[in-house]
Amino acid sequence: MYNEKVMDHFQNPRNVGEIENPDGSGQVGNPTCGDIMKITIKVEDGKIVDCKFKTFGCGAAVATSSQVTEMVIGKTVEEAKKITNKMVAEELGGLPPVKMHCSNLAADALRKAIADYLGEDFTEEEHDHHHDIEED
Amino acid sequence: MRRVYLDNSATTPTRPEVVEAMLPFFTEHFGNPSSVHSFGRDVSKYITESREQVAKLIGAKDSSEIIFTSGGTEADNLAIIGIALAQKNKGNHIITTQIEHHGVLHTCEYLKKYHGVEVTYLPVNEYGQICLQDLENAITDKTILITIMFANNEIGTIQPVHEIGNIARTKGVLFHTDAVQAIGSIPVNVQEMKIDMLSLSGHKFNGPKGVGALYVRKGVKLVPHMHGGAQERKRRGSTHNTTGIIGLGKAAELAMADLDEKQKKLTVLRDKLIKGIEERVPEIILNGHPTERLPQNVNVCFKYIEGESLLLNLDLQGIGASSGSACTSGSLDPSHVLLAIGLSHEVAHGSLRLTLGIYNTEEEIDYVLEVLPGVVEKLRQMSPLYNATK
Repeated sequence: MYNEKVMDHFQNPRNVGEIENPDGSGQVGNPTCGDIMKITIKVEDGKIVDCKFKTFGCGAAVATSSQVTEMVIGKTVEEAKKITNKMVAEELGGLPPVKMHCSNLAADALRKAIADYLGEDFTEEEHDHHHDIEED
Repeated sequence: MRRVYLDNSATTPTRPEVVEAMLPFFTEHFGNPSSVHSFGRDVSKYITESREQVAKLIGAKDSSEIIFTSGGTEADNLAIIGIALAQKNKGNHIITTQIEHHGVLHTCEYLKKYHGVEVTYLPVNEYGQICLQDLENAITDKTILITIMFANNEIGTIQPVHEIGNIARTKGVLFHTDAVQAIGSIPVNVQEMKIDMLSLSGHKFNGPKGVGALYVRKGVKLVPHMHGGAQERKRRGSTHNTTGIIGLGKAAELAMADLDEKQKKLTVLRDKLIKGIEERVPEIILNGHPTERLPQNVNVCFKYIEGESLLLNLDLQGIGASSGSACTSGSLDPSHVLLAIGLSHEVAHGSLRLTLGIYNTEEEIDYVLEVLPGVVEKLRQMSPLYNATK
């Protein structure tokens, strides 16, 4: 079901936790559909120097959260803003189709954290939350 | 790596004795049991024996009341659609529950959509049992069938089948029960319990997959749904699945002989597992009935974590289990059963079902109890919900 890279991130998630006194914090998802992600960031000189996550959710939710923290540390805020959910999934070598919409929210959480840091409004990426059947 | 199989409600390994009984029917006794010649007659005799074994297991009066099917789902379809069509002129109302297997629920939805049948879905209490008064109140002069499962596949709750049978018989309504999870685990007697129709499946009690049966009490007429042959007294066309039927018969024979012992053994393992989890892991909910419960079933919700993550982690440690979370059901909603017993979505997502079988040992339970608390804690440490409440 999941590829090796996804399973590696799931088994050994990177940067789990919550930064104390973060510069930005973002939480997306809701308990009803079973995925909640919280990302906290530390910013120095316009660069994201630390990023941690906490996730309630399935294997894909954990792996994408872990992946996004790896992708973002060291990037400038402007670069980090451009990371999309799709890019995270691609970096992981792909996710099962059924997981693409419901559990692939990590970049949203990151961008929400960045918006929080910048004091900007945050709008979520479009999600099809009613993926009835996605046959592959 | 050590492997522990605790998903016996999904399927069970076929007993070697069953496989052994089946083998000659692939090569030596290969004839079509419907044929006139000796090759066929030779097999036909064994099919009859199997039928008798299945009849005995459920306390049927006569083996002619057993229709072999491809499994539990087909038996449910045949019973429900068969009665709805046969009793069209009498009425168009079926009573079932909110927690049935999809074999029953989706069949009822089909009848509703294409045949104008009205369906009442009885609610259940927090333990998963229906209220008998609700059942009585739901019966109208249009009611043609009550279909209520014997025991639930997810939470293991056993329904008051005796009482349901009494109500149905008194009101003159047919009673079908999906007993797929109960057969071979607890005593079932269709005559004493006034059951008119009963579905069972071979692979749930160490028989082969792809074979099951529907019991239909003598005198109950149903319209067949498989056309094209006179097999099963014209109630189910199709060449007999000879090997499967022989396997089912053998599994039934063994299940009956071992029933007491199995029930005792699994109850001990189940209670050890439940107690062990309760002692080792805080903030859990035991789903299902404390006593009216299948001996093989443990179903627990671990707050603040999600089921698929839990299953993946257990699988990495060699433990095979299942969950009612949305991610494992393939839809956005968690299990309809867990929602029907009143759990919130959030809690239902964190359910774990461990189901025992005849080959499980106490040592395996010890292993699970050793692994599980660490896995739950790891996921909780990762969960934003856990910290929010701490």
